[in-house]
Amino acid sequence: MSDKVILLVEDNPDDEALTLRALKKNNIQNDVVVARDGVEALDYLFGTGNHTGRDTSVLPSVTLLDLKLPKIDGLEVLKKIRADDRTKIMPVVILTSSKEEQDLINGYKLGANSYIRKPVDFSQFIEAVRQLGLYWLLLNEAAPLGSR
Amino acid sequence: MPSFHNLSIKYKLTWLGVLTSASALILACAVFVAYDVRNFYDDMVRSAATQAKIIGYNSAATILFIDPHSASETLAALSTEPDIIAAGIYTRDGKLFASYAATRSSSTAATSLPKALTLRADGHRFEKRYLELWRQIIFERKVIGTVVIQTSLDAMRVRLLQYIAIALLVLLISTLGSIAVSLWFQRRISRPILDLAATAKSVTDDKDFSVRARAESRDEIGQLVETFNEMLARIQEQNEELQKSRDELEQRVIERTAQLENANKELESFSYSVSHDLRAPLRSIDGFSQAILEDYSDKLDAEGQADLRRVRAATQRMGQLIDDMLDLSRVTRAKITREQVDLSALVRALGAELQKVEPERKIDFIVAPGLTADGDPRLLRIALENLLRNAWKFTGKHPTAKIEFGITQNNGNSAYFVRDDGAGFDMAYANKLFGAFQRLHAMTEFNGTGVGLATVQRIISRHGGRVWAEGEVEKGAIFYFTL
Repeated sequence: MSDKVILLVEDNPDDEALTLRALKKNNIQNDVVVARDGVEALDYLFGTGNHTGRDTSVLPSVTLLDLKLPKIDGLEVLKKIRADDRTKIMPVVILTSSKEEQDLINGYKLGANSYIRKPVDFSQFIEAVRQLGLYWLLLNEAAPLGSR
Repeated sequence: MPSFHNLSIKYKLTWLGVLTSASALILACAVFVAYDVRNFYDDMVRSAATQAKIIGYNSAATILFIDPHSASETLAALSTEPDIIAAGIYTRDGKLFASYAATRSSSTAATSLPKALTLRADGHRFEKRYLELWRQIIFERKVIGTVVIQTSLDAMRVRLLQYIAIALLVLLISTLGSIAVSLWFQRRISRPILDLAATAKSVTDDKDFSVRARAESRDEIGQLVETFNEMLARIQEQNEELQKSRDELEQRVIERTAQLENANKELESFSYSVSHDLRAPLRSIDGFSQAILEDYSDKLDAEGQADLRRVRAATQRMGQLIDDMLDLSRVTRAKITREQVDLSALVRALGAELQKVEPERKIDFIVAPGLTADGDPRLLRIALENLLRNAWKFTGKHPTAKIEFGITQNNGNSAYFVRDDGAGFDMAYANKLFGAFQRLHAMTEFNGTGVGLATVQRIISRHGGRVWAEGEVEKGAIFYFTL
């Protein structure tokens, strides 16, 4: 499973560093691709812009998506992911500071697979990332390629 | 047929004119006829009296010389008076001396002087068909006989009938005239009134205050119409003002609602940004503090490590404060959907949750059964959770404790209560209990952010209820609320 990448969509470098640290602490060895805004995330997924020519048949095993992003926000990114046949059933976990009800509802409505609120307590965050990795990278059986 | 009272004013006016003129005419005719008849009678009596006097004078000698033949001739001269139907001369002892009859059948003179006539010297009386008049015949101051003349009343009757016919004709013509005049006048008077009535009716029916009655004259009706129009104008003016102020009010309500919505949106976006942006740096502070603790613990002495732990604790506390603040604002903004809530079941479930977190605590949890309330289940859950958490927290220093939920009567109203026998509080600070971020205990004693009871109060007041507390230091506290 470690051959598959994790796409981390995160604009805050601190959060990026902490997330990477939390992944490392949990011995999650997968390569992490970081997109710093919504446009970059979509470019990566659809092989456009800076990522022109990327083999788009290879999808991240899980995408960790922040909601508050420059240019295109997280919910908009999620909408585009779910609207495209290639990425329609790709696992997307919303990882955000917000625990506003509306964000939760909209996230799930737009087809998020999980919604995790980043806790202030870093120990809790490490625990959350651990469970997240355990589930999405180890336990979860990804949909077969032919299904999309 | 409608009674006169309910007749239209135009018929009333016509009737008034006709009846007034007719009754005046009838009265005038009656008086005139009566006066004329009276005059005619007087003339008749006077004329008969003159005849009687002449006959008496001319026949005195015939009585003295007992010459009835001459007397009859004297009487025969009466044939020139067509109205005199009969006459007679009687001697002093009442015997008929001579008589005259205009026609054979009209002879009414009695052979002897009627008794009634002898009683009085001179006189006359009206019989059904004639006037009978008698006069004494006096010769050298001595009564020697009586002359009686009967004058027919036929002429009188004809005359009377003519009078009545003329009067009726006059009455008829003048009534017709008065009808015409009345109609004309009536139209003059009643038209503006009818017009006014129609206008008033249309105003009441259609609620249209812009119509005006026509003023045709400057009399009282004209004034009435004018006043009515003024009133209409005033009403219209006031209506317009009312409408205007209502529009303004509506506009203001719309504006205020928009402002409020705006403010709410701003508050929401503020909350969102607080929730998102304010917590981000806290995560960094906490995360990197822990990173230092983990990666560089060998380079830090115990004091340095303790300091970093304080940094982390403070960070987490700040995170908690932010969350509590967000919860409080969420409670304030949340929509209330009322339904029947089983409070007893809710309290039991919340108590079980608390016990699960701290299984070692020995709490006697007493819940009155079957208590329900009409309210928002989510908000009531938050309120009760806060109250129970409070009770749980403030009994924490006691080895055993009792927490009770029930209902009691307060000034005739039912009030729910949560009672504990924990740390309690000084009643002197009771007013501070429900203020946001107000705390009556030191952090080291009992932790908390001071938002719980503020949240409870907002939820209860949003339900239109009231919350208050009683307490005593180290004896416990009771929180009451109504819904």
